[in-house]
This record gives sequence, structure tokens and C-alpha cells, in this order.
Amino acid sequence: MKRIGIDVGGTNTDAVLIDGDTILSSIKVPTTQDVMSGVKAALAHVSGYVGPIDRPVDAVMIGTTHFTNAVVERARLERVAAIRIALPSGSSLPPMCDWPEDLLAAVDPLIFMVHGGHEYDGSPLVPMIPDEIREAAMKIRDAGITSIAISATFSPLTTECEVSAAEIVRSVIPNARITLSHTLGRIGLLERENVALLNAALQSLGKTTVQAFSDALREASIAAPFFLTQNDGTVALADVAASNPVHSFASGPTNSMRGAAFLTGLSDAMVIDVGGTTSDIGCLVGGFPREANNIVHVGGVRTLFRMPDLLPIALGGGTIIDPETGKIGPRSVGYRILSEARVFGGSTLTTSDVAVAAGLIEMGDRDRVKDLNPSFVEASLARIRDMVADSFDQMKTSAEDVPLVAVGGGAFLIPEQIAGASEVLRVENAGVANALGAAMAQVSGEVDQVFSGVSRDEALTTAEAEAQNAAVASGAGRDSLKTLEVEDIPIAYLPGGARRVRVRVIGDIAFN
Amino acid sequence: MLQEFPEENIEPLATGAWILGTGGGGNPYISTLNLRRLYAEGRRVQIMDPMDLADDDMVAVVSKMGAPLVGQERLSDPIHLARAVEVMEDYLGKPFRAIMSVEIGGSNALSSLLAGAMLDRPVVNADAMGRAYPEAQMTSFAIGNLPMFPLSLVDIRDNEVIVTRAASWKWMERISRKVCTEVGSTAATCKAPRTGREVKDWGIHYTVTKATELGRAVIEARARHDDPVKAVLDHEGGKHLFRGKIIDVVRETTGGFLRGKTVIEGIEADRGSRMELAFQNEWAVAFRDGYPVAMTPDLLCLLDTVSGSAIGTESVRYGQRTTVVALPAPELLTSLAGIAAVGPRAFGYNIDFKSVF
Repeated sequence: MKRIGIDVGGTNTDAVLIDGDTILSSIKVPTTQDVMSGVKAALAHVSGYVGPIDRPVDAVMIGTTHFTNAVVERARLERVAAIRIALPSGSSLPPMCDWPEDLLAAVDPLIFMVHGGHEYDGSPLVPMIPDEIREAAMKIRDAGITSIAISATFSPLTTECEVSAAEIVRSVIPNARITLSHTLGRIGLLERENVALLNAALQSLGKTTVQAFSDALREASIAAPFFLTQNDGTVALADVAASNPVHSFASGPTNSMRGAAFLTGLSDAMVIDVGGTTSDIGCLVGGFPREANNIVHVGGVRTLFRMPDLLPIALGGGTIIDPETGKIGPRSVGYRILSEARVFGGSTLTTSDVAVAAGLIEMGDRDRVKDLNPSFVEASLARIRDMVADSFDQMKTSAEDVPLVAVGGGAFLIPEQIAGASEVLRVENAGVANALGAAMAQVSGEVDQVFSGVSRDEALTTAEAEAQNAAVASGAGRDSLKTLEVEDIPIAYLPGGARRVRVRVIGDIAFN
Repeated sequence: MLQEFPEENIEPLATGAWILGTGGGGNPYISTLNLRRLYAEGRRVQIMDPMDLADDDMVAVVSKMGAPLVGQERLSDPIHLARAVEVMEDYLGKPFRAIMSVEIGGSNALSSLLAGAMLDRPVVNADAMGRAYPEAQMTSFAIGNLPMFPLSLVDIRDNEVIVTRAASWKWMERISRKVCTEVGSTAATCKAPRTGREVKDWGIHYTVTKATELGRAVIEARARHDDPVKAVLDHEGGKHLFRGKIIDVVRETTGGFLRGKTVIEGIEADRGSRMELAFQNEWAVAFRDGYPVAMTPDLLCLLDTVSGSAIGTESVRYGQRTTVVALPAPELLTSLAGIAAVGPRAFGYNIDFKSVF
């Protein structure tokens, strides 16, 4: 079966065409401002290898770090409104009370706290007051905001308040794009609300990104189903993924890590994926990224959903260096590297310029960085080395030296020797590890519901069977199914020992 | 003598208190945010040495009561803790000299500081457990057989309850727990007022300092890239019990408590063995391959192997890499009366207490 995997990073767009485990073709092109022309160029290259008499492409998997980058860079984010239905509880800690100042400024939120929400047993906390919601909606409409996150106490158990508040908001703002917290997060109001708000802030970007991909595929005459990769290493149909950009957080690095495992044959190693805008350090265990235990910070925001355990650093090939102070990042020229970096004729000093000046890599016009003071170059490289070494050390789980696989387009920034690493591995095709990981991604099925009147075992078994059916319905082959996650929470004081069970299974895409 | 609690101590206190919570008491994150906001508003907390209390001073013993899971959704607001103290003052008709927390484990470690900051009243450097426990009769004041009433309870609506008398600590627990459950399994309470003399005789002293220093040791170990679990053991004179990966968690909610067990599969030196940690809100008994090897009142702590952070009975998940450690209990809890109140039998285990220390 033939699959195209594409990874659109802030700087480069990578693509591979694979048939089973065989790489037929791969390419790396610069990400363009319109996304589409870079994707089209990559597609044109790999689809040229499909062959006229051969079978067509079975599926296209696209991974993108656009959404994570937007949060990390505090750029391309939409103004949002938050409606929290929880009063009289929680008034001392309003929505976004634990966000970093600069991110808060970037989404410039309108915040409303209204009465309502539920208790742990499904009974109302206090009645919701529709007029309060309507009033908030009118203020949101008057401010011209269309992206709204709605949260309510215990909404993962009782969705009623969020759902009916959304109806009221939509009656006032018909074109509202509403994120309901229960669709994305788990128990933990602040963290779930944070995920919903990040998702809301990314609505425009989600829509334009998926539309751009879709256009590119159409122009390349590829009619195969089109998926976006998700943070757990699985894929979702693109239209669904567009409304849930947060599910794509960290999908790029997840794909890279799986790709790194595939390319090196190592199933246990540390991996650093250096993109144009950011790098991520993670730990491969048994070929899969080690998962974060619980709370995961995204761009400094505390969230609660299943993610690979990654340490992101604002360091990539396009990271801007202040020529005065020598400060590195956090801003990056991203996809504009080919016009803005000094070696490519621009006027912005980036990490790539420093690497070229130091002779670590050849690209662009080296003469354009020969004016850089060697001691400045040396100091910048030392700073980069410190950034990498610090993060590597933080992520290591044992005192023993472990191999570090450097992948991604900016892998040249990683020094040959890092304290604590037994070796720094670079492999062929490392530059497209993420596209490879995307091409190998699987589909998942999830069940999240309340069972009562049955034993725990019975509830878990039933939920698992239903999750398996859901995965098969989404295109997974039944023989390949594997249970990824089982979680159950008993709910007190309901008859029949009610418990909420959540099961997630993954499997390979079944091709006919 | 009063000493200002500096803002930079908030994080270490929360980190240490979460470890001393032995799986329960609730993650102090929300309380930490609340306390930081109060500091941002310019409010401050003064810490008071318990020995500086006059015998007839009145001390308010505050606590947020209820299921930690509920607290993650119904975010606590310090206004209710302050209100519980005021309700009690109105009832007693006299003012409190200072405020203390019923337990130093988990988020309640910060309850006294929140109420103290709100009411501008000093916080006594002591608690009544030296850790976290699920029930009112499991306090040092109960072990000392001190009066258990009155108690005030405030919820987020306009409900305020005073239990004027109770027949015993157990009855106080049953009655107040019922009320708490009725208002949504979370409420702010001001427990039976204590005199300065009682706090000096029966309080577990200097635990605010102890939790803060424990937390600081862990935070500093992380910064130095040392083993933070070892930092906990070194700081508290604890014992390493088991290292492994969580393979199952069974939870049942009965009578307002979260009960259950988590199963850990051994790695490294413990490969081939399993540890089951049984809990009732807090970790109660550790069974290694079926045999009890450590139990309450010794403090059983489940720590994230990498970060040294405590893992709560409500946040433990499949796949986590954990280390189980035991820390010594306050002396009072291992006395005969202490064992009767908080030993394994008090939690329904037919086991004689045997300390690992």
C-alpha cells in the first residue's frame, strides 16, 4: 500500500512516499508563506514516483507544527472570548489566571464568569441563567470576536451546560466557532478550560491550514483520503482535525520520534528534532515516545491531555539572534528563512547564519556572514550548545549515557558531543523523519461514557469492544488493534456503582 | 515573634506539602494560585511560633473538606475559608488570635495561609496531623481526646452550618461529612477552636517550616540534576521501598471517600515483584507480593521517579514510573493512642502496625 507522508514545519515542508516499509521517494522544500506552494512542490516531487501503471496513493497523512508554533511564538492567534459556567464557585481564579502575560496579551481575551455548572453527581450546582449567557454573547458579538471557548464545572460528566450555552451563543452570533471544553479535556476545570481556549485561539489558523492542504492535494490530482496527524501518533480526517487544532499539538515531534526509531532501528534512545522554529527533545521507549504523565505545559499554559513527554526549546534553524545582545530567540523567521536569513540575502541574523559562519553547514552565500565577529559566532554556538545540553539533561531518565538521535532540518545545530550522550547519531533521511513518521501513523477509536449496573471488568470490556468498533469504523484493520489507554473514574452516589470509562485503541489503517 | 512568610516560599511549601499528603489532601496547585493572587493584591502572611501562643489564646483550625477530585472542578476560593472563621467567631463571640491548618499534607497546608492572608491574622507553624488523613478523628487533637465541637461549615452558596455539639470525634466526622457531601463534597470548615495551651500540648509543631524545607530540597535537587527522590529520603530520613511502573488502578467511591489500590510492577532491583498500594484518600498499606511491608501511620509516598513530585491517589495513572518511599511519622501518631486512631486497623486492615523505621 502506498502512502504519502508530509510534514509541514515552520521552516521546511518534508514529504515521503512509502510502499509498505520501503521509502520510494523523499524531499525537503522550504515552507512557503501560503503553505500551499511548498506542499504542492513536495507533492509534485513524490507523486512523480507513484508510476503511471502502478496503484494510486492510498492515503495522505499530513503533520504540522503550525499550531504549536503559533502558541510558542504568540503569533497568528485569534482574539478569543471565554465563558465559564461555574459561579458561585471559582471566582477568585478566573479563566486564564495562570497564563503567561505575553500569551494573554496575544489573545486579548474577553472573559465572562456566569452562574451554573454541575456537581460531581450530575445535579446542577446552581441553575444556569440563560440571560447571563445572552448578555455575555452580545458583548462578545459587539467586540467582533467569533472564537469562543465555553467551560463548565464537571462538563466531562454532564455536558448539558456547555451544550445549551453554545446554543444561546450561536443564536446571538450565528457564525461563532465554539469550543466546548468537554470535547477536548478531562477532569480539572482550569486545565480543560486552558485547552479549550488555546483551541479557540487557533480556529482561524486551523481552517486556513486545512483548506490550503486540501487545495494543494486537489491541484496535484490526488483523490486519496486526507488525514492530519494527532499528538498521540494517530491520524484524524482533515475536516475533523481543523476544528480541533490542539489535537495536532506535538504531532510533528511525535512523528519525528517514530520516524527516528524507524530509521535508526533504535527503539530506546533520546531524540532531538530540530525544526526551523523550535526543537523538541523526547525519549523513545519501545519505539514510541514516552508519554507525559499528566500535566503538560504548552507555550507556558498548563494543560491536561495525553501528549508525548517532550521538552520544547525555542531553538531552530530560523531562530533569530539579536546582533547587539547575542540573545537567541524565541522569535524565528520561520518559513521566511530563505528571504530573511543573512546567508540567503536577507537582513535578519539567525542561528543558520551563525552555523554557516562557523562552517558547520554549507548553504546560501557564506560571504554574507563573513563580517560576523568570530568571538560572537563562538559565543552564539556555545549558547546553543548550553541550551541543548540543559534540555537533554532535563529529559534524561537515567544517569547512564544514552544515544541521542538528531533529526530534522536543523540537526546541524546539534554539536557532535553532548554531556551525558553516549553518541550523537545522524542518519540518512533524518531530515524527513517526521514525514516518515506521519506516513506510518495509525487511526484510533475512543469511547468515553458512563456505565452503571455492571461490574468494573464488564464496563471496561464493553468500553474496549466499543472503542475497537469505533477504530474499525474509522478505517483501522481489526487484526492490528491495540489498546492505548484505559481510564475509569467511579461516580459516587448514583445507583448501580456508576463509573465513567474512557478507552482508546489504535490500529493500522486497513486498505482494500 | 512573628515572621513574614516570603512569597518565594509558596512554591516550596506546596511541593513539600504535596509529598507529605501521602497521596491525599489534594494537589496544592489551586491553593498556590490563590495564595499568589492574594500576595499580588498586597496581602501577606505572618508565621507564628506555636510556643509564642498564650495559654488562653484562641486558635482557629481551618480546613477545606471534601474530595480532591471535586476541588479540581469547583475551584476553591479563599473567601469561604475566611467566612468559616468569621462564622465561628460570631458563634463564639470572641476573636481568634491565630489560624492553623488541620493538616500539612496536600492543599490544606495552604488553607491556614489563605485564611490568614484574608483575615490578616497570624498562621501558627503547626498542624494536627503532620501529614494528611481522611477523617476528623485522625487528628492529634482527637488522639489527645480534646473537645471536638463546635464546627462551622460554609459552602459556595448561602449555606452556613454550625455543628454545636457532637457525641464523639467519629460523630463529628459523620455529621460534618454528611453535610459536606450534601453541598457537593467540598466545603470550607473551621473545626473545634483550640486554646493556645492545647496547640502547644497537642499540635504537631513546625510543620509549615518542615514542608517548606522538604519542598525546597526537592526543587534544589531538580535544579542540580540530582535525584529528587533521594533528596526526599535524605531530607526526611526516609526509606526507599519500591521502584516500578503503574500497571493498574482500581477505584471505588464509598461513603464519600475514594478507596482502592494501585498496582506497581517492579523495575531495576524490584523486577519480578509487584507492589500494591491500598488507599483511602491517602496511601494506607503497601503490600509487596501480597505481604504488607509498610503501613500508616508511617508516611507512604508515591513519587514520580524522575521529578520527585508526589503522585496523588486521584492522579495516578497507568504507565507512570514511580518510586514508593516511607517517611517517619510524627511520634504522637505511633503512640498506642495514635495507632488506635490512625493505624492500619482504623482503615479496616486486620494487620498489626509495624514501622519500617
